[in-house]
Amino acid sequence: MASLPPIDIPPATTGNGAFDAPADDPNGALFDYLLRLGDDSLVLGQRLSEWTGHAASVEVDLSLANIALDLIGQATLLLDYAGEVEGRGRDGDKLAFHRDVLDFRNCLLVEQPNGDFAQTMARQFLFSTWQRRLLRHLAGSADARIAAIAEKAVKEVTYHAELAAEWVIRLGDGTEESRRRMMDGLEWMARFVPELFEADGLTAFLAERGVAADPDSFRADYEEEVGAVLAAAGLPLLPQQRPILGGRRGHHSEHLGHLLCTMQFLPRTYPEAVW
Amino acid sequence: MYTTELQKTAKVASTEDPDKLAAFEARVAADEFIEPKDWMPEAYRRTLTRQISQHAHSEIVGMLPEGNWITRAPSLRRKAILLAKVQDEAGHGLYLYSAAETLGTSREEMIEALHSGKAKYSTIFNYPTLTWADIGAIGWLVDGAAIMNQVPLQRTSYGPYARAMVRVCKEESFHQRQGYEIMMAMAAGTADQKRMAQDALNRWWWPSLMMFGPPDENSPNTAQSMRWRIKRETNDELRQKFVDITVPQAGALGLTVPDPALGWNEARGHYDFGEIDWEEFYSVVRGEGPVARERMQARREAWEQGAWVREAAAAHAEKHSRKQEAA
Amino acid sequence: MSSDWPLWEVFIRAKGGLSHRHVGSVHAPDSEIALRHARDTYTRRMEGVSLWVVRSADIVASDPSDDAAMFDPAADKVYRHPTFYTIPDDVKHI
Repeated sequence: MASLPPIDIPPATTGNGAFDAPADDPNGALFDYLLRLGDDSLVLGQRLSEWTGHAASVEVDLSLANIALDLIGQATLLLDYAGEVEGRGRDGDKLAFHRDVLDFRNCLLVEQPNGDFAQTMARQFLFSTWQRRLLRHLAGSADARIAAIAEKAVKEVTYHAELAAEWVIRLGDGTEESRRRMMDGLEWMARFVPELFEADGLTAFLAERGVAADPDSFRADYEEEVGAVLAAAGLPLLPQQRPILGGRRGHHSEHLGHLLCTMQFLPRTYPEAVW
Repeated sequence: MYTTELQKTAKVASTEDPDKLAAFEARVAADEFIEPKDWMPEAYRRTLTRQISQHAHSEIVGMLPEGNWITRAPSLRRKAILLAKVQDEAGHGLYLYSAAETLGTSREEMIEALHSGKAKYSTIFNYPTLTWADIGAIGWLVDGAAIMNQVPLQRTSYGPYARAMVRVCKEESFHQRQGYEIMMAMAAGTADQKRMAQDALNRWWWPSLMMFGPPDENSPNTAQSMRWRIKRETNDELRQKFVDITVPQAGALGLTVPDPALGWNEARGHYDFGEIDWEEFYSVVRGEGPVARERMQARREAWEQGAWVREAAAAHAEKHSRKQEAA
Repeated sequence: MSSDWPLWEVFIRAKGGLSHRHVGSVHAPDSEIALRHARDTYTRRMEGVSLWVVRSADIVASDPSDDAAMFDPAADKVYRHPTFYTIPDDVKHI
């Protein structure tokens, strides 16, 4: 079910949509980039926290909560910084709880529903493997604040990627049922992987200045790493599917609106309140 | 979190070796620790297995009422704190199941006893969390009551239980404080927030007092359990202590404890408080709490829907170890 | 069927220079996941720098009913302790 038609981006275009900051506005570009990073962590952390109390064993509950806590911590650092860069007095909470879908910049992968444990692990594996490589690059960012956040986060995400890979292998090479579920989970998520490597004017602009990482530079490594884990799991390569894009420009799947409804309900219902 | 003492009478069977029994009682009376492989009377083993597993179940079921609000926590800070707290409860359940397993009952058996309704857990978790203030009230009152019960258990006679409780108490020290902090923000907040805070106190006060279990005159095992150092203070003593400590805390928040009979008794040096509705308590013990069905359904579903995950990982381990042997 | 995973005992080295110490146990399907479960359960507050896990079934323990035969014979071997020997105070470095 494609929520949006795929968008082909010719290599030369900027990819800026109506909602994007103009590429000649460095602060606007940095703000938007921080939202992408921060929203990825926030939305995935929120998704994982839905598991609390419902996992297959108490130990798995603890693992999932640890990953969620890391991600919410990253989101806090990144969105607070985004608010500072924007300079309009918004902090991480304001950005997390008082934006609507069109202003969220996360990739579509992280907002996908948990499904069963295999689907959750498929999402985690595909995302964390990518996020770890991105953060490794960002640890050397020309922006000292991004570099510091990335250096801290890359340790967390290394663990997430490893744990998710372990589970993909166990479920892929477990029972008939788990193999089928693992394949279903990967099948669901595969169409959102190309978006992780989508390069637009914003990333190009910031990558040129040494602030952002060009995801294309680690695409081959990513594919190799994912392939190796799938092979170890006895699973076929990711199915080739029509890429679904749009998250980086605020065009999301239907799922994000519901996630935000839940997450934002208190601050939006009681805008005057301090919690 | 914590468990109410709900077991039936534990009687020492007359078939126990009287010399061994006397030696055991002497060790316990001397405040020595009993360790897993030591000789112990069957009734001690049974009582402890029941108490520790009830305690573990309470931690695990206790994740649900608070878990209900993690996705709706009103700030990033509150979300992280609540998630870490509920995660601690998972950890504490795990420590306690581990301690109970050293007595010879597998975790699986304990979990099945919970799901079949045979095993009990603290009555408090059969009440719903309706507003964000409930998260504050649970931390403040429920964890407050739990701490009161758990601190003496760090010196309980069974070594693995005592060690688990040391770890639990250390980790829980932030739980009550975060709850009270939520209540402070709510009680000092907007009219809507104040209303939620008072309402939460109204709903959680009496169930919190019930957490200490039936009154001493209806608690037939207290004497035995105290002699065995499985329990170190009586239900009524702990309950009084809780009231004495908590009433001024409510005052500091500007909230009213929902008990017209509440008053300081100069002569006793304690607060007097109203009659607890024990009918309500026993109904909830029987599994008739307002959300008892929802709690059990959630736990059963997690376990049943997780079966294929556990099986898959076990199957993978099996294949892997066969491969290693072949190599 | 909904059976649980095997039990593993967890040992943590709190910091360099200290021995690993038993802290509790976890259930896990295999050794790698056991390490991860031990990490996620027992090191949430910077409790350690190194972890060991060992299958509970693989631990061989002495029997408490043999305590007397196992441990009492050491009780009267006081000559194994330095304080057993009297050396004059003015003799140094011994």
